[in-house]
Amino acid sequence: MARIELEQVAKSWGDVVAVEPTDLVIEDGEFVAILGPSGCGKSTTLFMLAGIYAPTGGEIRFDGHLVNRVEARDRNVGIVFQSYALYPHMTVAKNIRFPLKFKGVPADEAARRVSEAARLVHVEELLDRLPAEMSGGQQQRVALARALVKEPQLLLLDEPLSNLDATLRLTMRAEIRRLQRRLGVTTILVTHDQIEATTMADRVVCMSKGRIEQIGTADDLYQRPNKLFVASFIGAPPINLLDGRAERGTVRVGELTLPASGIEGAVVLGIRPEHLGLSAPGHGLAGRILTVEPLGRETLYEVATPLGSLRVLEAGSERRWREGDASGVTVPDEALLIFDKASERRLETASLALAEAA
Amino acid sequence: MTSQSSATSRSSAAARRQLANMALFMGPATVLLFMFFIAPVVVDVFVAFTDMGRSLRVTEFTTANFERLLTNDSRIGPTMAVTFTYVLLTLGIFNVTFGLLLALTTTALPERSGAFFRAIWLLPRMSPSVVYALLWAWVIGPTDRGLINQVAVGWLGLEPVDLLSNQPMLLIVLANGFIGASMGMIIFTSAIRAIPEHLFHAARVDGAGPLAVIWHITLPALRWPLSFITVYQTLSLLVSFEYIWLITNGGPFYDTMVFALYVYKRAFENGQYAYGAALSLILVAIGIAASLLMWRLLDMKRLLQTPKIEVQ
Repeated sequence: MARIELEQVAKSWGDVVAVEPTDLVIEDGEFVAILGPSGCGKSTTLFMLAGIYAPTGGEIRFDGHLVNRVEARDRNVGIVFQSYALYPHMTVAKNIRFPLKFKGVPADEAARRVSEAARLVHVEELLDRLPAEMSGGQQQRVALARALVKEPQLLLLDEPLSNLDATLRLTMRAEIRRLQRRLGVTTILVTHDQIEATTMADRVVCMSKGRIEQIGTADDLYQRPNKLFVASFIGAPPINLLDGRAERGTVRVGELTLPASGIEGAVVLGIRPEHLGLSAPGHGLAGRILTVEPLGRETLYEVATPLGSLRVLEAGSERRWREGDASGVTVPDEALLIFDKASERRLETASLALAEAA
Repeated sequence: MTSQSSATSRSSAAARRQLANMALFMGPATVLLFMFFIAPVVVDVFVAFTDMGRSLRVTEFTTANFERLLTNDSRIGPTMAVTFTYVLLTLGIFNVTFGLLLALTTTALPERSGAFFRAIWLLPRMSPSVVYALLWAWVIGPTDRGLINQVAVGWLGLEPVDLLSNQPMLLIVLANGFIGASMGMIIFTSAIRAIPEHLFHAARVDGAGPLAVIWHITLPALRWPLSFITVYQTLSLLVSFEYIWLITNGGPFYDTMVFALYVYKRAFENGQYAYGAALSLILVAIGIAASLLMWRLLDMKRLLQTPKIEVQ
């Protein structure tokens, strides 16, 4: 188990910058998810922690020890790859046993640890199978056993669930979480799936273009995004973003002028779809229903308003509106997020009171 | 009535299409197989039972060639021994082992320098046989003008070396091996490239050093290419003799006289076409036996794959 510190860690290939200088501290036993779109540098960061890539700048420390120059094989790290990367010519037992081969573990202890790791992830029936003879979910479990058998001080998961079907993903999510709690191993999960990140991890690190945009709990990222990117990346269906201009105590968005204070210049308003409500015409913004998407537990409407087209999420499967209906759109003013357009930062001090549209 | 006839015409159209597809997909392979593999063997068997000589005239059908071959040719044993040594050494040292070594080292280098070294090892294969043999003649020249002796005598002050007279087997193994290694190199290189990168990453994280990675990850993935190169090159070395013919001409005495070269000399230099045909049947038999044996030993049946496109 280890406390992991990254100090100004950077990686570039020639002129191509994959990870900008980055600071991050992960506490002993913590489960952290690195979340971001593909190409944001999250896997590169993971591979630097594993020792597969050498950082081009900064320091990586495990429990205070600098490991920049420590080779992958000497770091005692377990890793599960997106493709599982099981050795195709080895049986499950040999795959799980492989990391012990290089640690000088006595044969009887190795056998015991292999069966223990297999039992942990419920693959003890499959020990004689080859990887090609197993389903994706089974291979994934074996990969997990192989990563855990050496009792690593750090467990790295690189998109481990993205090749599984939806039901299995749900099961594995809970199972990995349960395992991590039980073993108490410091764990870093890399994913592009926000649900995965927020359900499994204690803290989520949101990355974009090689940079950490925000670190926080699921609530922090959703309710209080620091940056426009975080607001737009987190949340499904995505947040409504509207360009506006703040001048002399008002914000102008489209045809509407709204009173506001403490801000000046170009801004972006963010409104989560579930914070908007539909009501009879005449209340709130004048709207017209463009599309209706039943999502089962809730219904997503796209509504044309004077502010542009807005996504509105209503709880319940009952569809009160049909395409073409006229409706009002109501906005509770405390749910608005305001970002400075140039810096893309959230303006925390700004307050805005949205008047009922005339 | 009409529906029945249209059904028949549909099924006959399907049968026609099946026939056309068979001709289209099986035809070229069948024709080539017959023209270049089956027909020559049939002709060879036919000639072996005649008394055909330089005049190409057949005056009688006889089994005299086979009697001679079985009872009265003291060269067969020694030339077979030379062939066996030559194939085993060339295959074992160069075509498989050195080819593998080249593939392993050049794929570990940065892409550009790896490609550069592979290109160098391909050069001998690209040069015409006669030019290549002539270069060897210059390299091994027994006087102090030969390249080896320029180094050995001129720089190192050693006694002059005469490979042709003293180490003729080494000479033909080197000359053929330098060419033969590149084939394995290319096949192994592409096989190494096809190994998913994550396997190497996983092995390194699991604690494997560079040699352990080669042993546990790379070599198992090269099982089929290694089998293929072994079988293919065995057969190819068994029957090819042009470099030996050009460089040592089987000599000195019969020291490098491989069986294929012996057959050639009997048939075309001595004009005993019929006897040469009978001798070459031995090569055909050995080739078939070796293929079947290795097919079995290396379990090459598992290489067969189901067709990617199914043609009906």
